[in-house]
Amino acid sequence: MTTKALFFMRMRGILRKELLQILRDPSSIALAIVLPLVLLFIFGYGVTLDADNVPMAVVLSDNGPAAREVAARFDQSPYFKTLHLASMAKAVALLNQRRVDGIVHVQSDFTAGLDKLNPAPVQVIVNGIDANRARLIQGYARGVLEKWTEVRRARGESVVAPAVNISQRIWFNESAESRNFLVPGLITLIMTLIGILLTALVVAREWERGTMEAILVTPIRRIELLLGKVLPYFILGMMGMGLSVWVGVTLFHVPFRGSIWALFVLSALFMLASSGFGLLISSAIRVQFVAAQVSIVAGFLPALFLSGLIFDLGSTPLVIRIVSHVVPARYFVDISHTLFMAGDVWPVLLPNALALLGMAVIFISLAFRKITKRLEA
Amino acid sequence: MADRFLTQRTAATDIVLAVRNLEKTFTAKKGPAVQALRDVSLDALRGRVTGLVGADGAGKTTLIRTAAGLIVPTAGSVTVLGYDSVIDTIEIQSRVGYMPQKFGLYQDLTVKENMDLYADLQGVPFSDRKYRYQRLLKMTGLEPFTRRMAGALSGGMKQKLGLACSLIKSPEMLLLDEPTVGVDPVSRRELWKIVYELVEKDGIGVLLSTAYLDEAERCDHVVVLHEGEKLAEGTPEEFKKRVGQNVALVEPAPGIKARQIHTYLVGKPHIIDATIRSGRVRAVTDAYGIRAVADTLPDNWPAAVKSTPPAFEDAFMTLIPHKERRFQINAMEEAFESSIQQEVVVQTRDLKKAFGDFEAVKGLTFNVRRGEIFGLLGPNGAGKSTTFRMLCGLLSVSAGDISVAGYDLRHSPSRARSRLGYMAQQFSLYSQLSVRENLNFFGRAYGLGGNRLRQRMEWAFEEFGLGKWREKAAAGLPGGYKQRLAMAASLLHEPEILFLDEPTSGVDPLARREFWLRINGFAEQGVTVVVTTHFMEESEYCDRMLIMSLGESLAKGTPSEIRALARSKENPDPTIEDAFIALAEGTVAPSDEGNRMENSRGGK
Repeated sequence: MTTKALFFMRMRGILRKELLQILRDPSSIALAIVLPLVLLFIFGYGVTLDADNVPMAVVLSDNGPAAREVAARFDQSPYFKTLHLASMAKAVALLNQRRVDGIVHVQSDFTAGLDKLNPAPVQVIVNGIDANRARLIQGYARGVLEKWTEVRRARGESVVAPAVNISQRIWFNESAESRNFLVPGLITLIMTLIGILLTALVVAREWERGTMEAILVTPIRRIELLLGKVLPYFILGMMGMGLSVWVGVTLFHVPFRGSIWALFVLSALFMLASSGFGLLISSAIRVQFVAAQVSIVAGFLPALFLSGLIFDLGSTPLVIRIVSHVVPARYFVDISHTLFMAGDVWPVLLPNALALLGMAVIFISLAFRKITKRLEA
Repeated sequence: MADRFLTQRTAATDIVLAVRNLEKTFTAKKGPAVQALRDVSLDALRGRVTGLVGADGAGKTTLIRTAAGLIVPTAGSVTVLGYDSVIDTIEIQSRVGYMPQKFGLYQDLTVKENMDLYADLQGVPFSDRKYRYQRLLKMTGLEPFTRRMAGALSGGMKQKLGLACSLIKSPEMLLLDEPTVGVDPVSRRELWKIVYELVEKDGIGVLLSTAYLDEAERCDHVVVLHEGEKLAEGTPEEFKKRVGQNVALVEPAPGIKARQIHTYLVGKPHIIDATIRSGRVRAVTDAYGIRAVADTLPDNWPAAVKSTPPAFEDAFMTLIPHKERRFQINAMEEAFESSIQQEVVVQTRDLKKAFGDFEAVKGLTFNVRRGEIFGLLGPNGAGKSTTFRMLCGLLSVSAGDISVAGYDLRHSPSRARSRLGYMAQQFSLYSQLSVRENLNFFGRAYGLGGNRLRQRMEWAFEEFGLGKWREKAAAGLPGGYKQRLAMAASLLHEPEILFLDEPTSGVDPLARREFWLRINGFAEQGVTVVVTTHFMEESEYCDRMLIMSLGESLAKGTPSEIRALARSKENPDPTIEDAFIALAEGTVAPSDEGNRMENSRGGK
């Protein structure tokens, strides 16, 4: 038989084995299909970075019509669920018990202030334990008050005009829904798990069960060993990606503005970089438990925290921003956010794609160099 | 001296494997480097079975892995079929069949799929496969199971499938690393049949490693390795010749147990080795001769001592240096009277255990008396461990009665547990803790404290020779010492009943001998011992035993009663293994008349 025929025969053998194992092992199916769905549902439905129906206490120490109008504005806002209270003391008690997240206090000299064209005092107190949420609530409250001022001015009533009138417009994610931001990011997380964790685990499992030793003594070549491990999990990862995109677009109505082929090519690059990293871990670690730990710490956690998936990298300290450049997920989060919400913006996509290509080449060639047909590392 | 037994060598072309001055040192980041092989040279010939025989840590696996190209030698070379193991690794790997210790099977693939995988990897042409598969399946008896998952096969069948996979491309040479470990006697015998067939019909060369000394006799050429060095090589006959007439068989007089004579002889001057075989004590002496045995035994112990032809095992024991074999049991010599009492401490009646549809134990009835050594024998998957776990209160009982130390395990398992010690099959101590810390922890877990704990720990250091390892992490202990530590931990709270699950599996012949002496000692002090083992010859050390297979009891009785089951004209002096094979194959009727056995023992 020719060398080529032998190569294909060995590849066929090892790929079919991997495929059968994936099909029969519930844990790899779970990681590729069930986990993406679970994560999507949690992030799509449960976790949202927006604040809705915030319980808010409203205390009117001034009973004038203008004060009541302000209170009504809060009642009508979709962001707040108001609770009218007679005294500040009661409101503070509720805030302490965490039954409300904030207090709107229209103070007693409110109408007087308005009439004299002096600043009309409205006090907004917010529970600041979760600083991000507090800032959001604060923003919403300011928005409600500004709206009220606008309406008042439109009616020709006098108000103290702000020096600058800010007109807000949000681009790309017009409805400013965090779901549109989270779902594309999640795809990164899912592909990282399959590429790094699953790849590292299956190789370690072969070492533990002693099958690796039996495979190594066959005339299999190193390149075949590498392809045999990368290809199946590459395909599995791409399937997980496809599934997530489909669910995201159809079920959560996340906009997808890029092209499918760009998504396919760019996620293939990311998947190769992840699998390469997983293989690199597996070449050094032959125990499943340790492989899982290392994959989580070196692969999953950076993909979660250092990729811009949850925390905006622009607002992190310089050191962390520098470190984040070695995390492949960082580039793909950028790519997927762009593809979903802005479209094929090549000036953004291209540098990220090049970074991923570089990482894929580096990780896979390192893994190839580390793959040995000897037992000793 | 190594080449003293070197036989005449056949023409150089017949050499399929040549090892020359092989050295291998494993360096670790932490801890000292380990010299696994030191200046080893040997040849393996076409059409022969060459056996690598040695205890744990002898370097057998390292040598075989080096030949398979998995390990690069530190110095020296291995040439397989004319190819160097480091330079032409791929050439060797496409011509050699190799079966690693764990058989290298994918548990979640079927028999056929495993064979397909290895056929693809070895590049077996599709046109040859049908014929090849047929032959291998027939040879291994796996024909009816081609669609079964490898993980669902019995130990013996896995081993045969592993062999079939390594033979998928008609190799010119076969490397087998401890192929018979953990496999029942019937499967072992079948494996040897296949190996002989390959050697005789196909003329391939086989290099096989084993720690079973009786298997060495089946090899054409034996190389004895010990701690990385080659001690000797030759045919089994040449090995035996060297021992000469220095093997004695001691037939105990009525009223004296073989075990007592055995314990007495061990470690005495001129006595190199003593074992119990078929109810007699087999003793190997040094050049002084077998009169040493009669000289050593006390005058009031009449025993017939006669010379017997040596076995390979005798030769092996004389060859290897006896560093730590001197083992004394205090006050043993006075304890002539049997310590077995009438009181029944373990009792089961119609004990059953089912896991879903699968009945692992199908109605066992047996009694164990105080001070008795009771053996549960059977191949892997017979239900020994399941029975055991029920006895220790670790598994619930599906049906039947079970009582241990007077407590019904179905109602008060924790009370019973405080009276028993349990040593699990796998090493179950904390490998990062030192010997002292492990003992301290297990002592406290059993409720010991203060002076009492200190005393018991001192006792353990003394009794098990663990004193010098006191501060060493358990992971770093040599194999035999790990087993000692595990046993010490299970004995700290002075249990009345000791349960030992496969205590000697994976333990080399030297450590096994020592282990049984110790067990004897505890039994003589009135501790009841229940032990499982798949080493048939070890059951000679038991007072009584139960042989089980597929969850059922095949036979029950003393070693001599069991042996008697297989006695026939052709085989007037059968071993326990013969009896087991006869029972398993159904050529003798199972004897499970529990009452008769109980009564016959009661008379003594």
